[in-house]
Amino acid sequence: MNEAKEKPPVDTCSLTLIGSGGAGVMTAGQILLDAATEAGYFGLMTRSTGPQIRGGEAAAVLRLGVTPVGCQDDRIDLLVALDWGKAEHFSDELVLDADSVVIADSAEGEPPVWVTDSGARHYAVRLSELAREHSGLRANIIAVGIVGALVGLDFECVKNTIRRRFIAKGNQLINVIQAGLQASISAADSLQCACKLAPPQPQPRWLLTGNEAVGMGALRGGVRFCAAYPITPSTEIQEWLARRLPEVGGCLVQAEDELASINMCIGASFGGVPAMTATSGPGLSLMVEALGLAVATETPLVVVDVMRGGPSTGIPTKSEQADLAIAVYGTHGDAPRLVLAPNGIGDCVTTTQWAVYLAEALQCPAVVLSDQFLGQSRAAITPPKDREWHAERRRAPADIADFQRFGDSSDGISMMGIPGTPGSEYTATGLSHKPSARPSAMPADHRLQLDKQRRKLEQFDYGDDWADIEGAGSLGLLTWGSTTQAAREAVARVRADGSAVRLVSLRLIAPLDPVRLARALEGIDRLLVVEQSHGAQFFRYLRAGCELPPHTRSLAEPGPLLLRPGRIAAALRVLEMEQVK
Amino acid sequence: MSREHQVKPRALAHKDYKSSYKPVWCAGCGDYGVLNALTKSLSALEIPTEQVALISGIGCSSRLPAYTRAYGFHGVHGRALPVAAGLAISRPELTVIAVGGDGDGFSIGGNHFIHACRRNANFSYLVMDNAVYGMTKGQASPTTESNWTGSKLAPQGTHQPPFQPLEMALAAGAPFIARAFSNASNELARIIREAIEFPGFAFVQILSPCVTFRPEQLNWKKQVHEAFSPTADKREAYLKLLDDDGIGTGILYRAPRPCFQPDTAAARSLAAIATDFEVSA
Repeated sequence: MNEAKEKPPVDTCSLTLIGSGGAGVMTAGQILLDAATEAGYFGLMTRSTGPQIRGGEAAAVLRLGVTPVGCQDDRIDLLVALDWGKAEHFSDELVLDADSVVIADSAEGEPPVWVTDSGARHYAVRLSELAREHSGLRANIIAVGIVGALVGLDFECVKNTIRRRFIAKGNQLINVIQAGLQASISAADSLQCACKLAPPQPQPRWLLTGNEAVGMGALRGGVRFCAAYPITPSTEIQEWLARRLPEVGGCLVQAEDELASINMCIGASFGGVPAMTATSGPGLSLMVEALGLAVATETPLVVVDVMRGGPSTGIPTKSEQADLAIAVYGTHGDAPRLVLAPNGIGDCVTTTQWAVYLAEALQCPAVVLSDQFLGQSRAAITPPKDREWHAERRRAPADIADFQRFGDSSDGISMMGIPGTPGSEYTATGLSHKPSARPSAMPADHRLQLDKQRRKLEQFDYGDDWADIEGAGSLGLLTWGSTTQAAREAVARVRADGSAVRLVSLRLIAPLDPVRLARALEGIDRLLVVEQSHGAQFFRYLRAGCELPPHTRSLAEPGPLLLRPGRIAAALRVLEMEQVK
Repeated sequence: MSREHQVKPRALAHKDYKSSYKPVWCAGCGDYGVLNALTKSLSALEIPTEQVALISGIGCSSRLPAYTRAYGFHGVHGRALPVAAGLAISRPELTVIAVGGDGDGFSIGGNHFIHACRRNANFSYLVMDNAVYGMTKGQASPTTESNWTGSKLAPQGTHQPPFQPLEMALAAGAPFIARAFSNASNELARIIREAIEFPGFAFVQILSPCVTFRPEQLNWKKQVHEAFSPTADKREAYLKLLDDDGIGTGILYRAPRPCFQPDTAAARSLAAIATDFEVSA
């Protein structure tokens, strides 16, 4: 037992496995996450890959913790390289320092310059050689054994995970893997790394990706129809729903393009079936005409956009929060809609469920802005509660007299005639129309419907879920979506230094209620608005729609680099030092 | 898919399927004939008005749903077919009929036409083809003859051969393909009836003259002729199309195949599905 291993255990550690695509880093990362979860820890695994389908570079970035983990740390404690193939592509994303430990296959030669320059301690370990000594084994499993040992994972949990994962391939392979694991644990004995986790505090947890979480939220909200066209990084939502919708009596249709996806959903919803589509930026660009149609025909609809780097094809495999503007404004004409944003993987369940409920109650489209980080990261989380939000539409009763599909009411919501119901036959239309649905080009008719479409959204009581508001203080941080996780950790660090900080994370992006937001920001004289968008879309949107404290600063960075807690904390500390006029 | 509708005690005349709205169509427009034949068919089939959904896009003929007393959805340009598919797949007990024009269906909505043919969801598609964009006042459409110089947008003609809807439908896998003429009321009503009753995607190209921008189409009255009798032999249908002059009518192809049927699964509760995510500690 050497000196370094007697360092005190840590509450959280950051691990990364890198290699060429196909080397198995994602498999290794997932085994480690699964095993750590079984052992009772929380954890998060983020995937970073190049655009290649096979080959190219890949990194599985894990953070394990005794308590819930929402974002990646600023730096990496332990990096394992199965090869140095195109590792230089990660020089910006993976931050090493003198306290980091790097383990690389001894067959791979010297690490790249960004690794040696970091001052990280480098160990050359016989990863591929150890693998070869166990016929059928690959170096990624050796890496699992070494990392598992250094982190201090219960070996039984690693074995169980392996057994579940490879059971279909037969006992012989499982035995080989277990022998390999044993050998790799011995190899870890001579390595020094201060990443041994404190004992876990087991409690109920779910293990899932944000994309799966969106699917679960959709089912809970009552979605029973989905039409979608494959697009990275949203496809896993579609794939998950394709399996699950039939189990609850619904169905999924793979459409010929995104124009068809959203219009099929509109057709199903017109028929009274709660419908959702999932896409990413380029797909949303194609869908905006139909979003306006859903607004004009007051058809409930949920569109989930798992944002990726843009514009155009951008960076399909990496995250950015730059679709806020198209979600809020995209389509011609004045077309108020709901825009919601989950701010964590568990919240993907909650916010999607809420979006379904709101779209159905308000008879309008709801855009849910997730992103690649939330969607494709897998995490062990506290199970999200099933909320009392179930699709319920105001329907016309049978044989209603003088049915007015778009008749005004005190809350702006009208009764919807559902095909099959006698007496409420009408033709929905994207043309401006009278309360009866009859097309009209008269100014007063146009005005009445525009008023109604806006009013029903603005008057609705959204309760307390429109934002997460945490803490008090004259220093404030306002953010949205996935960036909330890093912002929360940044705020915790600044608080630990003795400063009082309030965090506000908007879940309901549109409609924006300036009065409610002003109340949430009361007492704040310095405000930092944080987002992952080069054009500061969130900051500009807020400036256009409400009063912010006079001393407000914008921290807006483009993707695909995730905003890390250290970067946000530094900006908060600078803001705190600034003189308020 | 069930076509057994709950027959109501009140028998509806074809006029009962019409709304009180006065069409925006020009006097003499072929679309009046289609509206009449459609309401006659619905009446003959005794389908209750609330069980019918007419889905359209944009264009003169896409105004048709509002002139009926039934459920209707007048969507955006070119997207009638996906709206109809979403409704027909999620509400299989309804009678869903997509309607529209040649520009809506074959140009801006062309991709959906191909995939509707191969998907074979259970609904009918009536295309009122006048080989012109009427609503925007007379531009060439995909079915316009290449030497037609009546448009300011293509003053020297289209420089491309016209789109062949029946060949396209046959190649793309539509199991019911027909052509009819808007003025031949009885034949049109019969073909529409057969299309509605057909289990699957039933496509009917309806020659529907535009008296305003293509007045020469009034001659169709003298020119159209019976050309097709239904066959389930694809080879025979292709051969007939090789001799097609574009104004021969009848059911070209009728070869039922299984309708689009989404995946099914044993029922599970949401609570059971949630257990998939639970970690066994």
